[in-house]
Amino acid sequence: MANKISDETIEYVGILAKLELSGEEKADARADMEKMLDYIDTLNELDTEGIEPMSHVFPVNNVFREDVASCIDGSEDTLANAPLKKENSFKVPKTIG
Amino acid sequence: MAKQYETVIGLEVHVELATKTKIFCSCSTEFGGAPNTHTCPVCTGMPGSLPVLNKQVVEYAMAIGLAANCEITRVCKFDRKNYFYPDNPQNYQISQLYLPIARNGYVEIEAGSMKKRVRIHEMHMEEDAGKLVHDEWDDTSLVDYNRSGVPLVEIVSEPDMRSADEVIAYLEKLRMIIQYLGASDCKLQEGSMRADVNLSVREAGAKEFGTRTEMKNLNSFKAIARAIEGERERQIELLEAGKAVIQETRRWDDNKEFSYAMRSKEDAQDYRYFPEPDLVPVIIDDEWIEKIRSRQPELQTEKLMRYKKEFDIPEYDAKIITGSKHMADIFEAAAAICGKPKKVSNWLMVETLRLLKDHNMEPEEISFAPENLAKLVELTEAGTINNSVAKEVFEKIFLENIDPGVYVEEHGLKTVNDEGALEEVLKKVIADNPQAVEDYRGGKEKALGALVGQTMKAMKGKANPGMVNQKLREMI
Repeated sequence: MANKISDETIEYVGILAKLELSGEEKADARADMEKMLDYIDTLNELDTEGIEPMSHVFPVNNVFREDVASCIDGSEDTLANAPLKKENSFKVPKTIG
Repeated sequence: MAKQYETVIGLEVHVELATKTKIFCSCSTEFGGAPNTHTCPVCTGMPGSLPVLNKQVVEYAMAIGLAANCEITRVCKFDRKNYFYPDNPQNYQISQLYLPIARNGYVEIEAGSMKKRVRIHEMHMEEDAGKLVHDEWDDTSLVDYNRSGVPLVEIVSEPDMRSADEVIAYLEKLRMIIQYLGASDCKLQEGSMRADVNLSVREAGAKEFGTRTEMKNLNSFKAIARAIEGERERQIELLEAGKAVIQETRRWDDNKEFSYAMRSKEDAQDYRYFPEPDLVPVIIDDEWIEKIRSRQPELQTEKLMRYKKEFDIPEYDAKIITGSKHMADIFEAAAAICGKPKKVSNWLMVETLRLLKDHNMEPEEISFAPENLAKLVELTEAGTINNSVAKEVFEKIFLENIDPGVYVEEHGLKTVNDEGALEEVLKKVIADNPQAVEDYRGGKEKALGALVGQTMKAMKGKANPGMVNQKLREMI
């Protein structure tokens, strides 16, 4: 069954992803997303009644770290690729929370 | 008659946990480091880095859940909450939506003379975001990721509160529980405890809830109370004018005592949660829960009962002392050393509270060692110093944590019990104040007070007032 994605959905997903798409890019994105939904339809053909949803592929649980600090100053590496920086911080356009 | 309205309030409380390291990496959580010094590839969302859960975070969250009468979720998972904002370097926050660590709990609160239960819907673990500092100079924002990845527990209540008083009683109760557990210091001003208020109004007696708004940026109990009052009024005005309340997030400005909408409808939030693939599930068995339960310390309510019973301390005093875990710790330590719990309690209830008020301090900021208070009690009990000297010495203990034994010795503050020395001074006082002596002899009891005062002054406050009184009567 072929899925159809509306213009509004493409627009909305674009806003959520903070992307400005050209008409051509929108058409491409739509085609890709429709294909993905078709694939999901294939998966939906299986009967999953009573099966617990899987969140992880490995049969491993309870992997923990002890609460011991490393005490390494990471600022140089963290800021190494910052396009703009000031006072040991990333500088970004004015943002008010 | 004007319509009566009921306010319906639910709270989302974020608490910063007192771990040494972040939730998913070994970076320090210490407050106040230079920007970005406590960062690594994990907490800055670098590609290819992998989070590993801090076990202490799970244990603190379990402890809080158990103390708030919650069911602990046996199979617990993390989810990604997606949003773009500069304080969030991964573009998603690791949180819990589907299987949070604790659910279906409650705490008992007391507001006014009313006791009631506030139900806890759920509690989950998540990571904090970075900090944005606005740079006035070039109109940009500076981002510091030291706080990114600091562990939080978010506690979501049911909409069970009906007034600002109940909200504050609930917050104080949570704070007390969490401080006693040692899971967080819960300082609203410093942001280690934050509350978002979900509020709606409805006509008294209505069954359905009204449309609610969420208010953020509330960093003191007073601000919370004012914001609740302000938002209640705003919503009632809308309804009275025949308008609808819009479901939105509002930011409270405590200086202007006004809230404004933070996000418009066009900018709707859609977090597209999905299971966090980088973290494996946390399976919690009975054994682990029992281990945490057995480690739970005595909480405030139990402590209060014990103080009344074991130390015979009045309810009011016990409430004040146990109202701060720190003060209760000082009380118990000092009482254990000097064996005089009632005396220790008096020093805390009278002089300590007075000095806290004078210096505009919170009980958490008390910095003297319990040993020094215990020593002061011993010095006073032994009659080595008199009460007025003791008060003076206590102020020194409170402000500078001095050792009272050494201080009294160095400053020569010991009570003078030397009768010879006292008699010398009394002779001089009597000689210098013939009028007062005459008045006393003539039957004016009050005149003796003046002479005692003169004597105490001449002896720099170190005399034993009872002894001065007695000697004076003998000599005149």
